[in-house]
Amino acid sequence: MPHLTRRWAAALLTLLLATSADAANEKIANFKAGVFDPPRQAPEFSLLGSNGGELHISNYHGKVVLLAFGFTSCTAVCPITLNTFAVARHKLGTAAANVQVVYVTVDPQRDDPVRLKKYLGGFDPTFVGGTGTEQQLAAVRKNYGISAERQNLGDSYTYEHSSFTYLIDRGGRIRALMPYGHSPDDYVHDLSILLKE
Amino acid sequence: MRARSLTLSILLAAAAVTLAVVGFTPIHSASRDQIFAIPKGTWARRMSGDKIEILPNHIRLTLGIRDILVLRNQDDVPQIFGPTLMMPGQSFRLPFERAAEYTFACTAHASGQMTIVVEPNPTTPWARIRWRINHASN
Repeated sequence: MPHLTRRWAAALLTLLLATSADAANEKIANFKAGVFDPPRQAPEFSLLGSNGGELHISNYHGKVVLLAFGFTSCTAVCPITLNTFAVARHKLGTAAANVQVVYVTVDPQRDDPVRLKKYLGGFDPTFVGGTGTEQQLAAVRKNYGISAERQNLGDSYTYEHSSFTYLIDRGGRIRALMPYGHSPDDYVHDLSILLKE
Repeated sequence: MRARSLTLSILLAAAAVTLAVVGFTPIHSASRDQIFAIPKGTWARRMSGDKIEILPNHIRLTLGIRDILVLRNQDDVPQIFGPTLMMPGQSFRLPFERAAEYTFACTAHASGQMTIVVEPNPTTPWARIRWRINHASN
């Protein structure tokens, strides 16, 4: 009995200590997105732009860039993400002039510059798409840690692809990664921080 | 016999007081970070055939207590870690604000994905007691 009493007392003491050890000095994350520390320079690429020119990520130094990867036949992720970008830009008002959406396809077989332009224009005419050869796009994906796996669907095919978005600051550094599913307000929140820098 | 019942009474009273304190004291955390790190030399060990799993397939977080996922690459080479590519010496800090189940593509896992379950903040006394018991060893 005394042995059992000591064990009980020890268990109760452990719980009490765990409770009292809790402190209130909580860290508050500033960004809604995941933040890289230190941020790295966004790897350069050279692709065909939906705007008719060459698309380099460095074209947009001085602006805050939302960089996403997908394909125009995507029915699950891309329309929601692109619509979120469009709504966020709208909410930013005039500040949106300093926000550039760059959307790089994982499906070069179907997504040429014309198709990209038409598709992206349905969300926001300022959005710019990028395409290239399989090898070019694979290299870009590797540099950015993007996965894209082709899956056959009868006579057609689809892709399972990374669904997050990179937030690149005015200096061309990858500052944050916003997972899929965040609201336009979350984007506005983080973009506003980057735009003020 | 009287001594035993006196001991039992004291024990029950102590248990009641402890449960009350544990259940009614709000949970605060010194750090809300749930940290995972790739140690230096991991890539070399993998190349030599070691099977190293650093990030579990399922991660459980709790809103308001431990709701920030922190990944650190302490190795000498870039690594796909969780949802992202991380450079040597880089860390990634991802906060969660909603209780839900999040799935990320993760090529570091055999399943190709990683699931993060974010549980709601335990606001009732029993929820706090359960949470504290589950996390007493951490």
